[in-house]
Formats: sequence, C-alpha cells, structure tokens
Amino acid sequence: MTAYLIRRVLQAIVVVLGVTIVAFILQNLIATGPALAHAIIGPRATSAQVQVFVTTYGLDQPLPVQYWHFLWQLLHGNLGYSYKQNQSVDAILGQQLPKDIVLVGTSLILSLLIAIPLGVAQAVRRNGVVDHVGTGVSLLLYSMPTYWLSLLLIAAFSVSLRWLPAEAPQGVNVGQILADPAGLVLPVVSLTLVNYALFSRYMRSAAIESLAQDYIRTARAKGLSEPYLLRRHLLRNSLIPVTTMVGLSLPGILTVGLVTEYVFNFPGVGLTFFNAAVNSDYPVELGIAVLVGLVTVAGNLLADIGYAVLDPRVRYE
Amino acid sequence: MSDTSAPPTAHVVADPVMPAAGEVHAGRSAWRRAVDSFLDNKLGIAGIGLVILVILFCFAGPLLYHTNQVSPNAAQINLAPSSQHPLGTDFVGFDILGRLMSGGQSSIEIGLAVAVVATLFGVLWGAISGYAGGAVDSIMMRIVDVVLAIPSIFLFIYLATVFRPTVPLLIIVVSALSWVGPARLIRGETLSLRVREYIQAVRVMGGHSTRMVLRHIVPNSVGTIVVNATFQVADAILILATLSFLGFGLPPPAATWGGMLSQGTNYLYDGYWWEVYPAGIMIALTVIAFNFIGDALRDALEVRLQRR
Repeated sequence: MTAYLIRRVLQAIVVVLGVTIVAFILQNLIATGPALAHAIIGPRATSAQVQVFVTTYGLDQPLPVQYWHFLWQLLHGNLGYSYKQNQSVDAILGQQLPKDIVLVGTSLILSLLIAIPLGVAQAVRRNGVVDHVGTGVSLLLYSMPTYWLSLLLIAAFSVSLRWLPAEAPQGVNVGQILADPAGLVLPVVSLTLVNYALFSRYMRSAAIESLAQDYIRTARAKGLSEPYLLRRHLLRNSLIPVTTMVGLSLPGILTVGLVTEYVFNFPGVGLTFFNAAVNSDYPVELGIAVLVGLVTVAGNLLADIGYAVLDPRVRYE
Repeated sequence: MSDTSAPPTAHVVADPVMPAAGEVHAGRSAWRRAVDSFLDNKLGIAGIGLVILVILFCFAGPLLYHTNQVSPNAAQINLAPSSQHPLGTDFVGFDILGRLMSGGQSSIEIGLAVAVVATLFGVLWGAISGYAGGAVDSIMMRIVDVVLAIPSIFLFIYLATVFRPTVPLLIIVVSALSWVGPARLIRGETLSLRVREYIQAVRVMGGHSTRMVLRHIVPNSVGTIVVNATFQVADAILILATLSFLGFGLPPPAATWGGMLSQGTNYLYDGYWWEVYPAGIMIALTVIAFNFIGDALRDALEVRLQRR
C-alpha cells in the first residue's frame, strides 16, 4: 500500500509538471517578447515603454529560463502577476475561489443528494416507472448544451414567471454573494441538474452491480428487512465507485462551472478565466489553467486513495 | 474482465468480435447475435431512425428548400414564423429553417470527423501503450493524464484566442482533446487481452508486434471502440455548441447550430422563441439519437452485459 501510494504521488507530480509545460508552451504560442508587449500595452507604445514591459516580465529571457522562473515561483505558491488588473494572480484567485466553492460545492452536494438515492431506487425497481423517468430525465439533461438549459431556466423563471433574477449575485466576497440568495438559485439549480445528469447513470449502474453481488443475497437470506439491507449493504457499497466518479468528473464539473458562470455572470474563477482570455491577460489564464490542472490531479489521486481505503477488497501491490 | 472465458479455438482468432465470456461458436453467430440484439432494442432503432432523419434534413433538405444563407437581408430581420418563413428569420434576415439545415451540416460533419480521428488515434495510442507495457506504457499514459488534467474548455478558449476557427481546425482541436478517452479504454482492454492464450499463441508462433496490435488486439476490442466512437459524435456536437456560445465557433456567414443558439439567446427577453428553441432542439435530438445508438450497441456488443 505504501509503495503504491508513493508511486501514485510520484506519477501525480510528473503529471502536474506536464500540465505546467503544456500551459507554458500554449501561452508562448500566442506571442512572445516585444510582440506580446505591444499586444498588452497597445500598438502605439514607444520602444522605451515596450522595453520596460519586456524587462519587467522577463520576456527577454530565453524560454527555458522563463519556464524555470515560472516553475520556481509556482513552487513558492506564486502563480504570476496580471497584465491588466495590477494584482497578483494569487490575489485574484484568493478573491474568486471561495465564491466558486460556494457555487460548485453546493450544487455538487445537491446533485449527489438527488443522484444517490434515485440511483438506488432505479436499480431496485429496474425498468419500473421511476427507473424510466429517471433515465429519461438524465439523458435529456445530458443531451442539452448546458448553457441552453441555463437559458431555458432563465426564460421560464426570470422572463415569464418573474420569480427569480437572471443574474447571479455580484460581490467581491462570499458574504456579499450569500446576501442575495435569490440570485444564487438559478445558477445552483442549473449546475445541480447538469451534474445530476453526469452522475445518475453511473450511480444506477453501480447500484445494479452491487445488487447482483453475493453479499446482497446472503443478507436477504439472513432475513434482513429490505430498508436496512438497502441502507447498510447496497447504498454503502454503491458509494465506493461514486467517490471515484466524483474525483474523475472534476474536469467536467469545472467546465460546466465555467459555462454556468458565463451565462449567469457569476463572478468566479471560470468567468475570470474567460475574461482573461478575451483580454489577453495571459498570466491569469496560465495561472488558472495550472490551478485547475492541480485540482484535477489531486482529485484523481484522492479518488484512487479513497477507493483503496473504502473498499477492503482492493489491494495494491 | 471475466473469469469464465473459454479457451478459444484457432478459428476464433480471426473473428473480430470474439465475445469476452461467450460460448465458442463460429464467428458468424457472434455477429448475428449482436445484430439481433441491436434490432430488438427499440431505442437503438429509434436512434438510427432519428440520425437518418437529421442527416436527410441537413443534407437533402437544402435541395428541396432553397434559402439564401450568405447575404444578410435587412428588410427581413427577426420575422415571426409565417408561410414564407416556416420558422421565421434571425437577426440578419436569414431563414431559420434553411439555416438549421446548413448549420446541421457542419455540426454533423465535424462531429463524425472528430469521432473518426479521435478514435483512430486513441485506439492506436492505447493499444500500443498497453501492449508495450513498462516504461513506454508509463510515459504514454502520463501524457494522457496531462491532457485529461486540463479541462478541455480551458484549452479550447486558449487555442481559440490563437487561431481563427475553421472546420479542419475545429476537427483537429476537438480531436486533440477527445482521443484520451478511447486511449484509456483500449489500454485497459489491451492489458486484459495481452495475457489471453490466443495472443500468447501468436507470440509463440513468432508474430510481429505490429501485426499483434493491428490484427489481434484492435479487432478484439472493436465492440468497445465502436460504442465509444458513437458517444464521441454526441460529445463533439455538444462541445462545438458550447464553443460557439462562448464565441469561439466558426465565424459568420458559416452557420452552426451552436452559433444560431447563442445568437438567439440575445432575444430571450424579446419573446422571439423561434430563435431560441429550434437550434437547441436539433442539438438535443441529435445528441440523444447518438446516445441511443451507443447504448444499444453497447448492449449488443458487450456480451458481459447481455448475460444479466
């Protein structure tokens, strides 16, 4: 187990290094040196101004040196400095990330709270009404472009019924976001629905898989009551693959998060990334891409380890 | 995969869909069983029918229903549906029904092309990685992990700021991020195939590695590959729609469903429903159809599931 853990962590480090290299190369594909400086401070900047920009951001160094510098700063927790906002990327993320944790975290928990019991119910009454409705709804949700789903919700609840605002709460910190719960409803609901669609099929087949296991038959043979059996044996065992699923779905969840933030103008990391891309604020783009890569790798690692901890049958050499 | 695999006989080796846990019959019956199982699946048939309808609509439709999809017509903007324009016109005066057809062409072409390119590349990558094992496998799989670790939408936005989107470019970009799924699947498949007796038999007989991968490992994973490719089409169409919405789709006057949808959403508050719903419904229908086909294929080709 220890050997497996060490190997797994080493692999994760290699992957993170790979992510930084890819992100760095992509960033430098866009523009380098004086061309980049002109792109940021304007085509009519004087050569002296360009020179100052180039030396300030170290753009006159060879690329490997720039990469090493970037990596060195990253190891010290410094993701870079925005070209446009006169703030460090750390400061920007420090401001935006907690709001995302509220938005993405809430909808993640809500979608699991719906998908898990529903998946068990679908597995138990396979091909029943609940099963068919559940499968149909999740397929429908999965097949829509996520932004269209959000827009349909806006059309129904903001434009027609006028119950809820179409825009997410605006504010620099979590407190200000939470102060406007009505505005949070639609973004959270649409993210929840999309994540539910992502999870529900998986949960259903995990529960069906568990139902076919011998220990369920044994439990039935012992004469356990059905609710107890579902709770103690089926649900618990079906949760094991769900941990992996959540860990592996992180890129998908963050992607959906970005689109949802864009639709509802939610001031989070996703929208910041989008705006940075549109405004050529490359350090912010790079910093967020690397951060997201880190989160994904960490999620996969935790999912693997969680699997080994939760399932005593799993043994690693 | 399964613990009940029967020792295969020599003539099964040539059979592309040797069932993972099936009885050892002649090759034909495995295919026949798969086809029968698919034909029994009502949703699968519905999916095929829907895809045929959508393709006819997009590619044959413009032959019957002529519209101008190139030059804007300022006299006819945002018209409600009428006998002249069954689905109304959009914000520059294009007929929406006609635009749905031409928009569907690019969406379906790109979706299919991505499925082919990504699947071919991913399958080869996964098969080679799994077959080679050792250091090669580690390096190839770490590359897959790196691609997986950066959520695709972030990379799309990145790339779209550098390049001006064209059809071939979109195919390359979406494929470049979609091949990792099949690569992982096929590597897993290869790892389990590699230790089978008939693969070892080929090795004992002095079969070359290239031949082993292309003639034995890839054909034996064909079920997994086909199922995955079907879902790839659906996913690619969704990704394209999202890219268009974020402003990184094909530039006008090229029509795409995603582009139409994102344009239409500007008129959400004006009640121009014909600009918001038709494109979205076409996307959802096409994606659902490919998902139906993929599910039915999986039931038909993966014998392990049939047995339940």
